[in-house]
This record gives sequence, structure tokens and C-alpha cells, in this order.
Amino acid sequence: MTVESDAALVAALFAVDPAGLGGVVIRSPVQPAREQWLAALRDLLPVGTPVRKLPFNIPDGRLLGGLDLVATLKANRPIAERGVLADANGGVAILTMAERLGPGTAARLCGVIDVGEVQLPREGVTISHPASFGLVALDEGIDADEGVPTALLDRVAFLVDLGGLDIRAIVTPDCEPADIVAARALLPDVRIDTEMLQALCATALGLGAGSPRVSVLAARTARAAAALAGRSAVTEEDAVTAGRLVLAPRATIAPAPPQAAAPEDSPQPPEEPPEAPHEPPQAPLQEPPADPPPDNADAPEDPEPDAPLEIDQQTLEDVLLAATAAAIPPGLLARLRSDAQARAAVASRSGGRVGEFRRAGARGRPAGISAGPPRGAARLNVIETLRAAAPWQRLRGRSAASTRIRISPDDFRVSRHQQRAQTLTIFTVDASGSSALNRLAEAKGAVELLLADCYVRRDQVAVIAFRGKTADVLLPPTRSLVRAKRSLAGLPGGGGTPLASALDAATALARLAQRRGETPTVVLLTDGRANIARDGAAGREPAHADALKAARALAAAHITALFIDTSPRPSELAKAVAVAMRAQYVPLPFANARSLAAMVKAATATPSLQSRA
Amino acid sequence: MNPVVRPVFPFSAIVAQDEMKLAMLASAVDASIGGVLIFGDRGTGKSTAVRGLAALLPPMHAVTGCRYGCDPGNAEALCVECQERAKAEPLKHRLVPVPVVDMPLGVTEDRVVGALDLERALGEGVKAFEPGLLARANRGFLYIDEVNLLEDHLVDLLIDVAASGENVVEREGLSVRHPARFVLIGSGNPEEGELRPQLLDRFGLSVEVKTPTDLQERVEVIKRRDEFERDKGAFVAKWKKHDDGLRKRIVAARKRLADIELPDAVLEAATRLCMHLGTDGLRAELTLIRAARAIAAYEQAGEVGIPHLRRVAPPALRHRLRRDPLDESGSSTRVERAIHEVLGA
Repeated sequence: MTVESDAALVAALFAVDPAGLGGVVIRSPVQPAREQWLAALRDLLPVGTPVRKLPFNIPDGRLLGGLDLVATLKANRPIAERGVLADANGGVAILTMAERLGPGTAARLCGVIDVGEVQLPREGVTISHPASFGLVALDEGIDADEGVPTALLDRVAFLVDLGGLDIRAIVTPDCEPADIVAARALLPDVRIDTEMLQALCATALGLGAGSPRVSVLAARTARAAAALAGRSAVTEEDAVTAGRLVLAPRATIAPAPPQAAAPEDSPQPPEEPPEAPHEPPQAPLQEPPADPPPDNADAPEDPEPDAPLEIDQQTLEDVLLAATAAAIPPGLLARLRSDAQARAAVASRSGGRVGEFRRAGARGRPAGISAGPPRGAARLNVIETLRAAAPWQRLRGRSAASTRIRISPDDFRVSRHQQRAQTLTIFTVDASGSSALNRLAEAKGAVELLLADCYVRRDQVAVIAFRGKTADVLLPPTRSLVRAKRSLAGLPGGGGTPLASALDAATALARLAQRRGETPTVVLLTDGRANIARDGAAGREPAHADALKAARALAAAHITALFIDTSPRPSELAKAVAVAMRAQYVPLPFANARSLAAMVKAATATPSLQSRA
Repeated sequence: MNPVVRPVFPFSAIVAQDEMKLAMLASAVDASIGGVLIFGDRGTGKSTAVRGLAALLPPMHAVTGCRYGCDPGNAEALCVECQERAKAEPLKHRLVPVPVVDMPLGVTEDRVVGALDLERALGEGVKAFEPGLLARANRGFLYIDEVNLLEDHLVDLLIDVAASGENVVEREGLSVRHPARFVLIGSGNPEEGELRPQLLDRFGLSVEVKTPTDLQERVEVIKRRDEFERDKGAFVAKWKKHDDGLRKRIVAARKRLADIELPDAVLEAATRLCMHLGTDGLRAELTLIRAARAIAAYEQAGEVGIPHLRRVAPPALRHRLRRDPLDESGSSTRVERAIHEVLGA
């Protein structure tokens, strides 16, 4: 069972029931294997099956259908155009560059998949077309944070990774189009009995593989597999196939054949509150926060429901679990366990974070008018359109008696808007005793230099200082250079290092800025030697643990951060906090204010790059 | 407006998720509770429940030809057009299904509030208003999936309209106002983003749904789903009796709602609970009482009792606590603890 043969099998199963199985996500760069797979799928689909391509940036009008503006203008009555999804009814829609799909388009796609129908009622036209199709999403993502929107992942049966394939790999299904036709005919009669369903569900639960939706897809895959093999009932073999193809790629917990082993394998210890709310929403990774307890809880319960069934049930589940577990891609679980950073990054995949990035479109300062149809966020500028049409009226044969203005598509003008994201730089300055001695002066100097620069760019700055037991917002976001300077000059030094409170304060301020649509950057100047815990208690151990938690919360909020280690020698503790913050870590044994300022400028200039570093 | 009646998964066939069903039924009985926020894992039947609930609700009377589906029985809430019509002749009305309007994430502002009717502006040179989603949702439900990913300017809009019950459009030379009273239902996955406190407050109840981890429950979910997919008509017919029963109870509960007694002791307990939790404003108490009353009416009790309060307290209060941004999971626990302390074990 190689990747190639499984991919080929997926093509065959998908061809049997495209709409029922939801779809296939192919994660692969552009390469021969992917093209072969697509060709194989086309060959297997019955003649005449519609196959439509969806570009990732397809406008709603084309995706769902809408008012055909050109035809409408010609006919002077509303004329609807069918969207691509309606055209793909009964067939397959191929989504290219799926990793670039916006959350809005993804949500609409999911809506159509859920109800099997395009509905777009507008005043005058009511569009409602059946649209049940299978989706093939071609995901060319490379990093962990690039990928198909998670809502979509949950609605497709198969996740196929062709990434590691050899260039000479050949994907050929070992069945003929005739087999598919036969399987399709057989499919409605294929039964799956309760034992088999139960085994599939138990496997999904055991592996922490996805939502109930995924279990439904697994059951359907088993039925498709049975139909393909010419059977009218699902056998163990079909269930194993379903487990391998549908559940294994979504496993989040190592299977626990002896039931007690589960807890230590669970990827995340549950007692980490900052992490838990930001568990990646991606279907495969979804369950960890909830899972360890259920796993324990299930252990004693499991035998009970099973008891009335014969002993076969237990063995069936074991066989299925073992077979599925064997198919879990190597390294998947290890990756899940260790790579907290990638997970946090995955969280950003679903996109749509409030206000952080503003697309120029329907909002912002007007930035002129451009010719073009009103698509997407662009709004038709009626006045300008009429103005553009006006000179041509005589030519277009408008008589003096007619009140109608003749407008052709060339006249369309849309308003353009421009919006510059405000940036807010939050300086979080360690004024504790350990830092104050040698670094505070430099920090102050750097901030002042930056302030001058911010003043020029009309950006905002805020200053948080932490010492003793608390972190205080010394200066709320401002553009006032004078106030900023004054607040810094009066900054005293000495006392403990309440790093956790400082990070909390910075996160809170940064989130506030995000909500206002600004892009915050946190610049933390500290030696990282936390010794005051969140509750104000002294002690290095709890203080460091709290600081790490606070740092993770900051990272989870997708705040760009720069950690400037001001201790005389780079310290491991500081580095650990920086990693947890996903911050760029700059040890600064001997730096002056000027070089510090240059560093911060670089970080704020390329926030997107920094956040991945 | 509601073109094809396609079979939807029956509300009564949804397995488990009792708190979600309870909250939705309560808001169906008393729309003034103010909507339900459903937060939880993917694939736990959030959208299914909303669509199922819509199919469950009894049809309502609406003014014939009114674009906003005005209620002929409520003279105060009529739109401007209907007020004019009502002066000339008695309003005609017909039965229409309760609208459930999906608000997709990427929706543009003009689709939501309504805008200049392009076709007529260009074709006939007439300045006419084309109503948006808010108009269609009037007197019904506005459902937003992934509500936490909604763009900011749309959130602002919703906050305003949900509070005032009226949509005011001032754009492109149009000046229109029309009623837009709807029950807001939002769903989302809290891991993907947070809601602004102001929007949170617009939801009367909030429930948390979790992926069923009980094997039998999960098997049942999948069996029913499979059965539904195989033959939708037959499945819906099979559950029709249950759905009809629920509908009758909702209708009966709406009628009884005004007659439900609220003993002082219960009111006092609700207030103490809110004070104990330190919720802001009076909305928490109001929602708590209304929801408890709705459930009492639904369950054919004569008066609101402490057990009703106990059941609706978590959904009514958990999203109204002063939030510690790092203690996301704690709010349910805090409410549970407060219930325990205030109402006793």
C-alpha cells in the first residue's frame, strides 16, 4: 500500500460517489503525479460528467451565479447567470490553488456543499439550482500555515499528500470506467451494519480523528469501497480501507491498543490554558483539548456497550484501529506533539482575523475611480458611470423623448478605496532592578529615537513598564512625542521582574489595537529573568512558568513581537520566553540605542515575515 | 422569498446536544430573549439545528406584497409602505414560513443593509431601494455561521440593528428605514477568533457544543445522517410526528408565556446569582428570567421554578462574565460554581 496505490484507490472511490464523499484534498506541488491523478479521475468518471475548474479567487457572481449585468442591460430586464457550482452539479469541481482560498469563498462553498443547492435569492431574480458535486482541492501549500481552510477539510473524505512522491511515481487505478459504472449502480444497495459503523466510530474516537462529519464520510467511503469490489455489504476489508484513507490522515492521538496508554500520548497536556483556546481549528487537530479526559472516561465505559455484542466486535475494532494506525503517515504524530509553533500558525489559516489586515475595497479613503465591472468588494459608482455614459448617448441612438440612459458595460466605474493599516508599537520595558543597572538607559534612548521616526510616519506608540509587582501602561497609544518622552524620562528602576504581567498587559493592549484595525508590534526589552508570578508571589519557577503561558497567549493572538534580550549574556530562560512568544529573538550583549532602533524598525517594517521567522 | 422547500434534517432527530436544543427552543418560544450563540467544534450539528428549527416553526401571517414581511397584527411595527397601505384599506395578509436568512461571511455591506437597485437605476433610471438580508430576516432568524470571523464593519452594523430593531439606510442618495427585528443565531469555533463584547451581549443565550465522545451517541449520529442522505423524504416523514409535537408545544408555550407566574423567590435567586457573578447591567437578569419563563412555558409548568433557573443559567450567563482573556475555558465552570453556591446543591 504505497502512496501511489492509495492515491489511485482514492480516485476510484471518489469517482464512485463524488458528491457523497465530499471531495479530495490533494496536497502536492505541481508535478506529474498530480496531473496523472487528475487525468485518472477524469478517465474514471462516466462520460459526460461535468468537470469544472474553480480558480481560488473566483468572484461570487461566477461561483454561485448572480445577476448577469451585461445581459440585463441589453435586455432591460433582470437576467440571471448560472454559477460554476451549478454547472458542476452531478460532477466534479476542481479548485486550484486551494491554499489561497479566502475564508469568505470557503464559507460559501461549504454552504453549498452542505445543502447541495445554490441559493441566491435577490430582489427580482431568485436563483436556485441544484449543485451537488465532489470537490477536488489542489493544495500547493508548503508551510504548515498554508493549507485548505479547515471548514472545507472537514467536508471532504480524502486528504492525499503527494508531496513526497518521486518524480517517476505513477498513479494508475487498477479499475476501468465500467467498474465505476457498476459500482455506482450497486452503491444504493450497499448496507453497512451497526457493528461496522461502531468499529469505524471507535477508530475515529481512538485516533481523535475529526468531527462526526468525518465519521460519516468514513462510513460512506466504506460503502463505496464495498460497491467498487462488487459487494452489497461492507466487510472488514472495506472498513479498513476507509480507516486508512479517511481517518488515518486526521489522527491526532497515537492509538492506544492497550487502553491505558492513551493519556501520555495525548498531544497536549490539558492544564495549559493559554494553549487550549488556540488549538488549531483544523479538523485533524481538533480534538486534543477535549480528548484526554474522554479517552480516560471511555476506557471503563467501552466494554459496557460492547458487552452485549459478540466478542467479534472487540476484535473488529482492534483490527480496524491497528490497520488505521499503521497507515498514519510517519512522523505525523511526532510533528503534532512537538511543534506547537506550527499549530499556532495553523490557527491563522482560517484567516479573517478581526481588523488586522484591511483589504482596500469597500472601505477606507476614496482613492479615485477606476473603470471596471462592480465585482467583489468594488462598488459601482453610479454618478461616475452615468457621467461616463453621457457623452455617448446621441451616438447610441437615444432619442430626446426617451428617458432611458443607454449604458454599456464599458461605462462602469467603480470606487476605489485605500486604507493604510495604522501601526502601533508597544514598548514593553523591563525596569526591574536587574535590568535597570545597565540597560534601562539604552532602552530609553532607543525608544526616543523610534518615537521621532514614528512621529514622522504618524504611527502610534505605547509604553508599558514593569517593575516590582506590576506592569503599568505608562503611556497609552499616542502620537504625542512630548508625552512619550516625558513618560520615559520619569521611568524609575528597581524591584522584581513581573514578566508574566507585562506580557499580559502587552497582549491586552495589542488586542485592543487589533480590534481597532491597527497592526500592533510588541517590542519587549528585558533580561527574561522573571521572578514575580502573575499573582504577585515571588519565586523564579512559578514566575517563569507564568511568563511562558503569557507568552503563548501573545503568540496565539498573532501579534508580531521582537524580544530584545538585555542581559549581559544571552540566557536560555529569555530564549524560551521568546520562542513561546514566537518573537524574533535578539540577544544584545552590547548595543547602543541607535542599533536597537534600527532593529525595531526592521521588525515593524516586515511584520508578516517576522511572524513566520 | 422561500422558493423551494427542500427536506431539511428534522430538528427532533438531532442526537444529544441538549443544551443547544434547549436554548434554541427557548428563543423560539420567546423571541425577546434575543438569539443564541453556538460555540463549538466542527460538525456538531450547529447549522443542522438552525435549519431544522426553521422548518419546525409554525408559519406566520405577513402583509401580502410587503418586502419586509410586516405583521398585520402589530400596527406599531409596520414599515412605512404598509402604514400608507393600511390607511387606504385593511391590509391583506397570507401565511408565510418564518424566514431563516443565512448571512455568509464574505457578504458585502450593501447586500446586508440593502442598496440602490442597480437594475432599475440603470435600466429605468429610477432610484429604488433593493432590500438586503436584514429586510428578509425581519421577524425571523438571521443565521451567521462562523460569526467570529465576521468582518468588523459588518459586526458594527449588526450590533446597531440588533439593538434598535430598525435598519436605517443612508447611502447613494437613498434614505430608507424599515423594521428589522430578528433573532440572531451565530455559530462559530472559539479557537478561530473572539467576538467583541458588544456583539456577545446581543446574544441572549450562548451554548457550547462538543463533539460527542460517547461511542453509541456517535454511532447514532452517523446512522441517522446516513438514513437521511439515503432517502430524505422518508426520513423526514418518519420524524414528522416528533417535529409536529415540538411545534405544538412551541405554539402552546407562546400562548401560555404571559400566564406563567414568577415567584419572588425565583426572581430573587436570579438576582443573587447575577450579583454573585458580577455581571454588568440588567440584561443578564432579564435574559435569565425570560429564558427560565420560556422553558417553564415549554414544559407546561405553572410557574417558574428554581430548576428552570438552574438549567438556563449557564447559557444565559456564561458569556456575560467579566472576561479574563487567558481564562477562556473558565466561564462555564464559574457559572456552575455560582449556581452551586447560590442555589444550593
